[in-house]
Amino acid sequence: MTSFSALVRRDIKLAVREGGAIGTALGFFLIVVSLMPLGLGPDLNLLARIAAGILWIALLLAALLSLGRIFETDYEDGALDILATGQLPLELVAAAKSLAHWLTTGIPLALLAPILGILLNLDLKSYPILIATMLVGTPAVSFLGAIGAALTLKARRGGLLLAVIVLPLYIPTLIFGISAVSATAGPGGVGAAFLVLTAISLAAIVLGPIAAAAALRIQFQ
Amino acid sequence: MDFGPHAAFIWISYAAVAGMVAALVAWLIADGRRQAADLEALESAGVKRRSSPSGLE
Amino acid sequence: MPLMQTLTQKLANPTRFMELSGRVLPWVSAAAAALLVYGLYLAFFASPADYQQGETVRIMYIHVPCAWLSMMIYALIAISSFGLLVFRHPLADVSAKAAAPIGAAFTFLALFTGSLWGKPMWGTYWVWDARLTSVLILFFLYLGLMALRASLEDEAAAAKLTAVLALVGVTILPIIKFSVEWWNTLHQPSTDFTSTVDPSMRWPLLVMAVGFTVLFFAMHLKAMRNEILRRRVKAMRAQAVAGRDRLAAQAAE
Repeated sequence: MTSFSALVRRDIKLAVREGGAIGTALGFFLIVVSLMPLGLGPDLNLLARIAAGILWIALLLAALLSLGRIFETDYEDGALDILATGQLPLELVAAAKSLAHWLTTGIPLALLAPILGILLNLDLKSYPILIATMLVGTPAVSFLGAIGAALTLKARRGGLLLAVIVLPLYIPTLIFGISAVSATAGPGGVGAAFLVLTAISLAAIVLGPIAAAAALRIQFQ
Repeated sequence: MDFGPHAAFIWISYAAVAGMVAALVAWLIADGRRQAADLEALESAGVKRRSSPSGLE
Repeated sequence: MPLMQTLTQKLANPTRFMELSGRVLPWVSAAAAALLVYGLYLAFFASPADYQQGETVRIMYIHVPCAWLSMMIYALIAISSFGLLVFRHPLADVSAKAAAPIGAAFTFLALFTGSLWGKPMWGTYWVWDARLTSVLILFFLYLGLMALRASLEDEAAAAKLTAVLALVGVTILPIIKFSVEWWNTLHQPSTDFTSTVDPSMRWPLLVMAVGFTVLFFAMHLKAMRNEILRRRVKAMRAQAVAGRDRLAAQAAE
């Protein structure tokens, strides 16, 4: 367990030191959300209705920006080779890196979302559930995204290819993430949507590293 | 036959499918001929299919 | 199952496959043509117009087979991918690579014909109903497969990585379908746009579906043959270059 947490801590430190990357993702999130009213018009009622959707989609796009780096930097300087032949199974390496990505990118994006919600006239009652759904849904973003990062490690045009591959995988998280917000903006408590969202994230946490490790092994052959 | 007020939709649908299938079949045949021609050219130039015993993959 | 195993074993040798497929292909192609001609006759001359939709129901006879193929071909790619990664079957990658563009084409046709079927029925060229949306996402999965393969130079790695992506896709596809249907009932609780097929239309539909399937198998066999030839050409060219390099090195001594 200690090598796992050591790897997570190391990746967090690297991401924080290279602070530009997290900041860029957050900045991208802000800019994309700001573009929406400019493109759709400043009608606050309209924006309030679609705020949750805009925030989720912008979050997915912002997360995509930083996904390429999960394995790339280590691959380039040979550290990934060492990790692959080390004590920790490659699946746990992938899981550790995905976890670090969620902690350094997913959570900040999720926490920034309600602030950006102000720009979109998001209903105040929705704030707690929005934060909750994003915190619960972003693990899927990191762990599924890692699969794409592993597959596109050596590919040309890796960034765009990553988006093409990974965005369809995000669709269930997107649908249930938004359902969970609107389900509780009305009568009723935490809907079934929230539970399904949680289930999807849990499944991604378990299965994502398996697929990512399989892809990484192929990259090393 | 009268295909009603939306006849165009029917014809365009069928034409699109027929056209796409025809294009695929044409490509498959042309590609096959090109590969076979390349193969013949290489074989008549004396290139062997199996790698030589010296083991160059 | 034992029959399937011996069949795939027998076909594992590319030369054997070329022999067998060469003999079988003309028959499969002829069968496809016959079925499709018969099906078209049924679709236009032996089936009624729908009392609601009128003549445009005839689009169903090509839309449904295309949609069926789009899913069946993806399943075939997934099975081939499994065969590559788990059994290292020599022709698994050839099968997957050959099937992908054909699958994407039929998926596109499913969307196109679905759109043209929808305009007279629902008034717009595109409707976000559960089925069309799921097929659209399936189209994205096909594009991802082809894009990934095209972006990698190392053919062996490309084969395996594409296989991983195909298996990831097939695993998440039921979840995507489930989420799209959930989403659809949230936003369109009223009518179910999919109607059950009238018995008088079932036979033409079945004939067309089978005809399209046999057509696909003919195309897939041909595409696999082309791919095998392509790989032979590539290997021989590599041999030729290696031979020239060796001669040059010897001459330089």
